[in-house]
Amino acid sequence: MLKTTPFHERTAALCVSHAWRRWAGYVVASSYELTHEREYHVIRTAAALFDVSPLYKYRVEGRDAAKLLDLVVTRNVQKAAVGQVLYTPWCDHAGKVIDDGTVARLDESTFRMTSAEPNLRWLQENAAGLDADISDVSDDIAALSLQGPAAGAILAALGAPALKYFRVAAAIIDGIAVTVSRTGYTGDLGYEIWAEARDAVRLWDAVMDAGRPYGIMPAGMLALDMARLEAGLILIDVDYVPARKALIESQLSSPYEIDLGWTVSLEKERFNGRDALAAEKARGPAWQFVGVEVEWNSLERLYSEVGLATRLPNATWRMSVPLYADGGQAGYATSGGWSPLLKRYIALAHLRSRWARPGTSLEMEMTVEHRRKRASARVVKKPFFDPPRKRA
Amino acid sequence: MKRYDAIIVGGGHNGLACAAYLARAGRKVLVLERRERVGGAAMTEEVFPGFRFSVFSYVVSLLRPEIIRELELPRHGLHILPLESTLTPLPDGNYLAQWSDHDQNRRELARHSVRDAEAYDEFGLLLHRMARAIKPLLGVAPPDPGSLDPRELLDLWRLGRYFRGLPEKDLHALWKLLTMSAADYLDEWFEGEALKGTKSASGIIGTLLGPRSPGTAYVLLHHYMGELDGVFRAWGFARGGNGSVSAAIAAAAQAHGAEIRTQASVSKVLVNGSRATAVVLDGGDELRAPIIVSGADPRRTFLGLVGEERLPAEFASAIRRYRFRGSSAKVNLALAEPPRFTCMPEPGPHLRGAISISPSVDYLERAYDDAKYGEISRRPYMDIILPSMLDPTMAPPGKHVMSIFVQYAPYHLNGGWSDARREELGDTVVDTLTEYAPNLKGAILHRQVVTPADIERIVGLSEGNIFQGELTLQQMFFLRPAPAWARYRTPIHGLYQCGAGTHPGGGVMGAAGRNAAMEILGARA
Repeated sequence: MLKTTPFHERTAALCVSHAWRRWAGYVVASSYELTHEREYHVIRTAAALFDVSPLYKYRVEGRDAAKLLDLVVTRNVQKAAVGQVLYTPWCDHAGKVIDDGTVARLDESTFRMTSAEPNLRWLQENAAGLDADISDVSDDIAALSLQGPAAGAILAALGAPALKYFRVAAAIIDGIAVTVSRTGYTGDLGYEIWAEARDAVRLWDAVMDAGRPYGIMPAGMLALDMARLEAGLILIDVDYVPARKALIESQLSSPYEIDLGWTVSLEKERFNGRDALAAEKARGPAWQFVGVEVEWNSLERLYSEVGLATRLPNATWRMSVPLYADGGQAGYATSGGWSPLLKRYIALAHLRSRWARPGTSLEMEMTVEHRRKRASARVVKKPFFDPPRKRA
Repeated sequence: MKRYDAIIVGGGHNGLACAAYLARAGRKVLVLERRERVGGAAMTEEVFPGFRFSVFSYVVSLLRPEIIRELELPRHGLHILPLESTLTPLPDGNYLAQWSDHDQNRRELARHSVRDAEAYDEFGLLLHRMARAIKPLLGVAPPDPGSLDPRELLDLWRLGRYFRGLPEKDLHALWKLLTMSAADYLDEWFEGEALKGTKSASGIIGTLLGPRSPGTAYVLLHHYMGELDGVFRAWGFARGGNGSVSAAIAAAAQAHGAEIRTQASVSKVLVNGSRATAVVLDGGDELRAPIIVSGADPRRTFLGLVGEERLPAEFASAIRRYRFRGSSAKVNLALAEPPRFTCMPEPGPHLRGAISISPSVDYLERAYDDAKYGEISRRPYMDIILPSMLDPTMAPPGKHVMSIFVQYAPYHLNGGWSDARREELGDTVVDTLTEYAPNLKGAILHRQVVTPADIERIVGLSEGNIFQGELTLQQMFFLRPAPAWARYRTPIHGLYQCGAGTHPGGGVMGAAGRNAAMEILGARA
């Protein structure tokens, strides 16, 4: 049997679509309503509540906790202030990305790390000789993600303190001890609330009650996937193959190749993959991870040629789609779809560096009425959607 | 008198595969089988009315996909059903299960050790890569590094180039697998005793070695190469039992025009000078053919059918030294009701997979200790399946057949095998298993015990070794069965071997039969 999250009692009652999907061994709602459309729009207009409990969570504490995490991840953890959250990937010794997630400094010597894949063994192996205690708290901590322009007002109504972008603090919500971080996976104003699993249902009720005047809605993974595409955020197993699962060399990615070069803190003396990453930075990455926009006129033409109105995907697609430039294959898109907000057909793509500059003309493969065609596209800057409220 | 291009001695699955490939290439082929049915150790028999047993070998995984494809075995009746789980019941009433669903499996492993649950995927991926690295070797005749034959040197060069092409990391892992014991290798990955016990069991099957004996890590990999529909590490049960694998290959051979004669026991291969010319049947009949292929094991082929006096001394002594040391037995039960395991008493999906009595590496090593000194393991390792759970036609409705692979039961038993010792083995197995499934003893309608001595007597496998010789590195690849004679040829012109005693070894694989046919046809495998 699959596991259910600590919120299941509430989410199951709300999931009228019966559309569930798996996430790290748990079932979570794909959409609560019969279609995910309203759930998507509420992220950008009011506030959406996501159950993100399936994330893997580790508590790392001890005198050397910062040292251990510094050794594991690419960002500089020792420099992180108490109350700061870092988004970061981590690499194997060859500098290839194993996973990505967040590291929150809860106090001087206590951290919470989140990840998409299990990492207990990896952390333990790296902790040899260090004074750092690692516990897997994945099942003990329930997590909610409250995303959208009204998220701040709802949290204020709940009595939680105001937080800056990528900060974390303890709070009491309806008598429940929680930590709140200003983080999320939507590229919008948003917060994540972390609580003991036993308090989950009460927390859900408190947030929903406080959010009702602001138009809160529970939202599922389909809506989240559209928002993260607009935000240009990479997704493990979809946009990149983690090093542990790669079967062949060419499936591996370095942080530089997936647009996470900004997270690599080469000034750190020692961390996993440092030497390989320094060398790669010096010679420049072979691949880059970029935004791509399909040109509307070209798309419309392909459909009108067969007598159809332009068809658009109504959810984010996840597959490898070839991209061409200068008569050959220049790369491949891994996620894409229509942004109802931006009214643009967008995609995230891996391109060989020489074709990765914004403005570069490309062609994307499209299957139109059973035939493979190519639509004109170009490289554009990510994120596709980046409202000032995200950081304000 | 009818003329044949080739006579195959022994209608085991490899002999049949060889015959099918030769017939497919237009050769006139005759298969001679001593018993009343073909299949050798891959056969199904109604031992007790209404209950059909895969008497000896009982699972399919290593059967080469190209054989299934090229001989169109599904068209000839082969239907492989997946065995999707392994349950290891533990003495304290707990259990360890390995499920095919990734999430379910990870969760179950994490119940015992979160670290092991994480390591499991990485371990699986590594062995997958190693199996891929080794796989090209299975389908080809092994080159002899001592040879000056340009063809062999070319193969060797290709092989060397191939291994140089492996990532360094993989080469290191491969070297470890070739040299370490299964227990030591698993210690590098896992901490859970039940998991290590169950995984190490695949390292000892068919050998008189324990999980702590060096070289057993390779056997572990050998079993990882099970491949179904291109999916590594997938084991299956052939609908109708393993006899249906042989039946499908036999049907393919006959469809291509091969002739199969049962109850035709070959007593001798006639050699004129250094050339094989004919076989002699028990009744004295002589059948001639320019090519004789023996599916029998190397000892029976050379020391039995040919005779030492006809062989070069060096070769004869290599064959004498080739090790069999059968160490496993089978107990087949007809049951009035399904077993109720204390750890999972209700009938459920666990009964459609394998059940492994392997609670720890220590348990297996102790079982080996008994066998090392010539005794039946007091607490044996067992690999159990319930074929009737997958294919209800194996037993009357509501009733079941249970196939129990048992190790160790040494061929060289102190005082020798007798009816009393056979029953003692049966009692040991049933008593041990009843500790885990208390209703078992009372549910038994019929019990069949097959000792290594029985395997030798009935199927003709020397010392009852299920792989026609131990799968240990000193007799693998270009050393199987003897240095310089690993390419299915023999020092006798016109005499070939096609059994599991040649590269790549045992398991219901068919590779030796196919490779031998390719060698005879002068084709590249």
